[in-house]
Order: sequence, then structure tokens, then C-alpha cells
Amino acid sequence: MKNGVLKLNRNIFLIPAILLPLWFLLYLNLENFAILIVDSLMKLPQGNHLTSAISFFIFELPKVLLLLILIVFVVGVVRTYFSPERTRKILGGKKLLAGNVSASLLGIVTPFCSCSAIPLFLGFVESGVPLGVTFSFLIAAPMINEVALVLLFGLFGWKTALMYVSTGLIIAMFSGFVIGKLKFEKYVEDWVYKTKAAHPEIEEAKISFTQRITSGFDAVKEIVGKVWVYVVIGIAVGAGIHGYVPENFMASLMGKSAWWSVPVAVVIGVPMYSNAAGIIPIVQALLEKGASLGTVLAFMMSVIGLSLPETIILKKVLKIQLIVAFISIVAAGIIIVGYLFNLIY
Amino acid sequence: MIVKILGTGCKKCQTLEAKVRDLVAVNNIDAEVEKITDIQEMLKYGIMMTPGLIINEKVKSFGIIPKDDQIISWLKEV
Repeated sequence: MKNGVLKLNRNIFLIPAILLPLWFLLYLNLENFAILIVDSLMKLPQGNHLTSAISFFIFELPKVLLLLILIVFVVGVVRTYFSPERTRKILGGKKLLAGNVSASLLGIVTPFCSCSAIPLFLGFVESGVPLGVTFSFLIAAPMINEVALVLLFGLFGWKTALMYVSTGLIIAMFSGFVIGKLKFEKYVEDWVYKTKAAHPEIEEAKISFTQRITSGFDAVKEIVGKVWVYVVIGIAVGAGIHGYVPENFMASLMGKSAWWSVPVAVVIGVPMYSNAAGIIPIVQALLEKGASLGTVLAFMMSVIGLSLPETIILKKVLKIQLIVAFISIVAAGIIIVGYLFNLIY
Repeated sequence: MIVKILGTGCKKCQTLEAKVRDLVAVNNIDAEVEKITDIQEMLKYGIMMTPGLIINEKVKSFGIIPKDDQIISWLKEV
């Protein structure tokens, strides 16, 4: 029995070792496959709307799904090295600014789901992590997520992906810093600072490398299993826009010349609760039709980063003043970033 | 034995609760399964990710849905 378990464990290393070359082989030949299917198998006439939409779909969908599987796997493995307990310990002694910087960075790698926002918030605040630093974490964690990153990288290229991460980080640092400076502790529900949470040393089980690999696969199963539908729908809608909407259609609505487009994008984006997987392919298609990058980026960040359900959950621990301040500060940050990008590009 | 599931009502928490109840019933384990949704109550256990699985006041797991055989072995070791 024990031998059997060992054998299985050893084999798990082989799975990524075999899959990875296969992955690259597939990924690097996607364009050829797509051309093969569209031209030779389906024999679609060139240059019409439908062909354009279908080629887009056939090429982009497997590309994004492949990237998604790889990145979610890697992130799943990396996250086993960062537990919330560890993050809390790191942030505990930090002052503002240095704390905001590390909290934002840790927000990327610490496992986080919005349903855990409250216990995490309490765990941080009660163990002495400053409020502003906690907010930097709470802003960065949902805003910079691996699914968004994959889609941006796959559909826009590495420059946009990098820009997204860095501006997300800056907004998280800035907003957390402002909230810290404004001394908003008084707007946290009173009981939060009164109750002393127990911090029993929860034994941090030693995780073997095999288990980390398994977590990677689990993450793929869970996350890709959940978002693939949205990716398919998003890319299908994107493909439709790509094929049928005329060039420059969006220029007057979401283009640079429309100064009001950035704040409007944010106002529309905040109450929208779509996951990154569905929104980004659509946004990419819009960008192609003349929307400007800053506006689109602002829209995306407000949809992904500021979600209404999460904010409503926070109502249990924060007074309304702090929630309003939180949303306004982050929204202001996003608007500034939007204008900045419209100015640069 | 008292088994507590800590969770605010997210999907993972519901899945874990259903799973634990199921495992307890199927394996004829004498355990009382409780769902804790009160945040202040949850704080006592110091977990920062839901769902939490508590068996006889000991935190067994948090933030994940453990594998079936893992849960059974925890239930049986008490």
C-alpha cells in the first residue's frame, strides 16, 4: 500500500514534465492549425465578415485556454508558498508606505477569494496590521488576478499585461496609503477592535513538493472549470465585434477625444460584476474598433477591482463612511490611470 | 464528537458542509455537525480563509475543501 502511494507521488512530477513540451508544441502551432481549419477544412471565402469572425474565434479561443491552464497551474503552485498567516506575519510590523508596498505585492500571490474577505480583514486588523496596509492588500488581491493577466497577455500582448499589473499595484498602494493617512480607524465597526481574536498557532503543515504540484492541478480544475464558459462566450462576442462592427465605430464613444469617456467607463464598471474572463475579450474587440486604451483599462479595472457584492460583504465590518471613501479613492485612482494612459498613447 | 463548519455562505462552504454531513452519515460516525456563520464566533478559531473545518475545537483545515479520505481519517482518529 505504502509503495503504491509512493509510486503515484513520484509519477506526479512526470505529468507536468510530459505536458509542458506538449503545451509548447500546441501553442506555437496554433496559428497554423487555425489557418488549416479555416482555409482547408471549412473552405471559407476570404475577406468577408463571417470568415473574419470565425478565424478570430478559432485562433483566439484555444490560445487563451492554453495560456489559462498554464498560468493558473503555475500560480496555484506558487500560492502554496504564501498562506494568509504568513502574509499577516510579514505585514504585522510594517509601517505605512513600506507596508502598502509589500501588502500590494503580497496581494498578488496570496490565495484570496472574495468570500474570505471578512475573516481576512479581521485577521489582519486585529493582529495589528495597520488599516491602510490591510486595504492595500484588499484592493490588490482581487484587482490583479491571474485570469485577467492571462487574457490581457493572450489578447493584447505582454506590454498591456505588464501595464495592468503595475497600474493595479500603484492604485492599491496609493489608495491604501491615503486611507491610512486619513486615520479612518474610527469608521471600522466598533466591535472589531474590541474583540480580541484568538490566534492559536494553527500548525502550518509541511507541504511536500508533490502536494504543491497537486494544488496546481486542483487550481486548474477549479478555476479553469469555472471560467471556461465565460471565456468561450466572451471570445465569441469579441469575434462577432471583430468581424462585424465597422472600424472606428467606438472612437466617438470610447475614444480619446471624448474626455468624459474615462469617468463614465468607471461609473458603468463599478456596479458591474463580471469576471475578467468574460469582459476582457469584449474589451479587446472594442479597443480594435477605436476605443482608447486608457478608457478601456479604466473600465476593466472598475469591473474587476471594485465589485459591489464584495463591498456589501464588507458592510459587516466597516461603517458606511469608510466604504464610500474606499470606493471613491479607488475609483479616483482608476480614473487618473485612465487619463494617464489616454495621454501617453 | 462535535464537528463545526465555519463559513459565511459561499459556495465552497456549502459544498464542505454537505460533504461532511454526507461522510458522517455514510460512515456511521457519531458526530454532531454544526454550521457556524457568525463572524465573531469564527474569529475565535483564528482562521482567515473560509470554509474552516473544526473537529472537537481543533482547526483541521481552512480555505480548502479537503479530500474525502482525509476528512474520514480526521473523523476516525478522534
